[in-house]
Amino acid sequence: MRRGTLVVCQIGLFVGLFVLWHVLTATEILPKFFFGEPLVVLMRVRDWFVSGKIYPHLGVTLIETILAFLIGTALGLVFGLWLALSDFAAKLLNPYITALNSMPRVILAPIFAVWFGLDIKSKVMLGITLVFFIVFFSVYNGVREVSPTILANARMLGANGRQLLRHVYLPSATAWVFSSLHASVGMAFVGAVVGEYLGSARGVGYLILQAEGVFDINTVFAGVLVLTACALVLDYAVTLAERRLLRWRPGSVSSNAS
Amino acid sequence: MSTMGTLNLERVTCTFPARGANAGYTAVADVDLDVAEGEFVSVVGPTGCGKSTLLNVAAGLLAPTTGRVTVFGQNLQGINTRAGYLFQSEALMPWRTALQNVTAGLEFRGIAAEQARLHATDWLRRVGLSAHGHKYPHELSGGMRKRVALAQTLILDPKILLMDEPFSALDVQTRSLMETELLNLWAQDRKSVMFVTHDLEEAISLSDRVVVMSAGPASRLIGEFAIDLPRPRDVAEIRLTPGFVEIHKLIWTALRDEVQKAYSLSLS
Repeated sequence: MRRGTLVVCQIGLFVGLFVLWHVLTATEILPKFFFGEPLVVLMRVRDWFVSGKIYPHLGVTLIETILAFLIGTALGLVFGLWLALSDFAAKLLNPYITALNSMPRVILAPIFAVWFGLDIKSKVMLGITLVFFIVFFSVYNGVREVSPTILANARMLGANGRQLLRHVYLPSATAWVFSSLHASVGMAFVGAVVGEYLGSARGVGYLILQAEGVFDINTVFAGVLVLTACALVLDYAVTLAERRLLRWRPGSVSSNAS
Repeated sequence: MSTMGTLNLERVTCTFPARGANAGYTAVADVDLDVAEGEFVSVVGPTGCGKSTLLNVAAGLLAPTTGRVTVFGQNLQGINTRAGYLFQSEALMPWRTALQNVTAGLEFRGIAAEQARLHATDWLRRVGLSAHGHKYPHELSGGMRKRVALAQTLILDPKILLMDEPFSALDVQTRSLMETELLNLWAQDRKSVMFVTHDLEEAISLSDRVVVMSAGPASRLIGEFAIDLPRPRDVAEIRLTPGFVEIHKLIWTALRDEVQKAYSLSLS
């Protein structure tokens, strides 16, 4: 199928779902009180952007997300490389990593709120704990699967330990980082919004919490819609970066356009 | 054979430690092999006879369990820095272009980028890839990737060249072209070559000497044949000459039993 046709169909599906939602709620098959009204939701989103009321909230949420994403990815990359290359460190930390990873980390949000206060620091910390493990595991496994032939060849060409890290392990790990970044962007958002939801004075999560407090279901949906759109934009930014940095990979772009 | 060759393997045995239920596995046992200066030696043997193990020992990528390796009379410790290695499987760094792959070794040695680039451009020309320097490995054909690998290794001017069935993945025509090209490059400065293959015809058409290994495990050297066919050779045409056919018959007689042994082992 041609790319243009596909995009038209994707937009068509989106509009169709909205129309279905509208019809079901307008006819009260689904009660408006619980399921909202799509037209009101869209009006709410429009009002937010026209009045400018959303910008400070959206700004805070995006800053939290992007900071959590960047710091979490960098830490995941460094620790992934370190543990993959140091057998002792890997064996020493293995049970701790497994434990931390299987722990439901969202539960840390209230603790971070106590430690770091109710401003953005606690949300960024929560996002980092979510992003870190995704990147960490993909780098860790990726580095251990670097082709032994490529490694042996680089050594025969005279690469020392530092050069192997810089010219073989790092580029190889980058490919694995990117494979996990799409999932990480989503997790960074989860960290930010859940953090805001549990205690904050600003952010889209805060807006949603306020609206829920007065059973304003339309505003809740409007918040969700804005967040989803932002997540799509960030995901696209990752795809663009991937396209630039992984030009060497055969078919890397099309196969990862999830 | 000179006792003080370029590359000497003395009573080399390689045993891989036991893993789980498997007992330790001895790949090669008690192998003596000398490669003289400027000599092209091929090691042939049935699949799984430890040919590659022997090559890795010569490269210093693998330390022998017992025995020793000397390079220009000196004991080999760690990587053999006098040797270049052409691998059987893909060894190019996929994140570097052809040109960047060729410059890699110079870069590792701290040679200035501009100088390395000029030198590498020249080598790409010598392997006939001037127009493809900007391409990534996945954009090149299998034969082109082998040429890049050849340039990548030869640019460092190693005195010893170790080759592990480098052309086995290529189609027959490309393979014959690459073999001829290898001989031409080799004739320019006559490096010492240790060439591992399971293809007897390839071994005879390229080499000065062919060494035959027994079937694994614990492979030994079981025969050694001087190939006194005239050079320069055309690898496609030389296979039709009477001299070639005669020596082929001779070596095949030695090899046949081992191939059969290896085959029945693989079935059991």
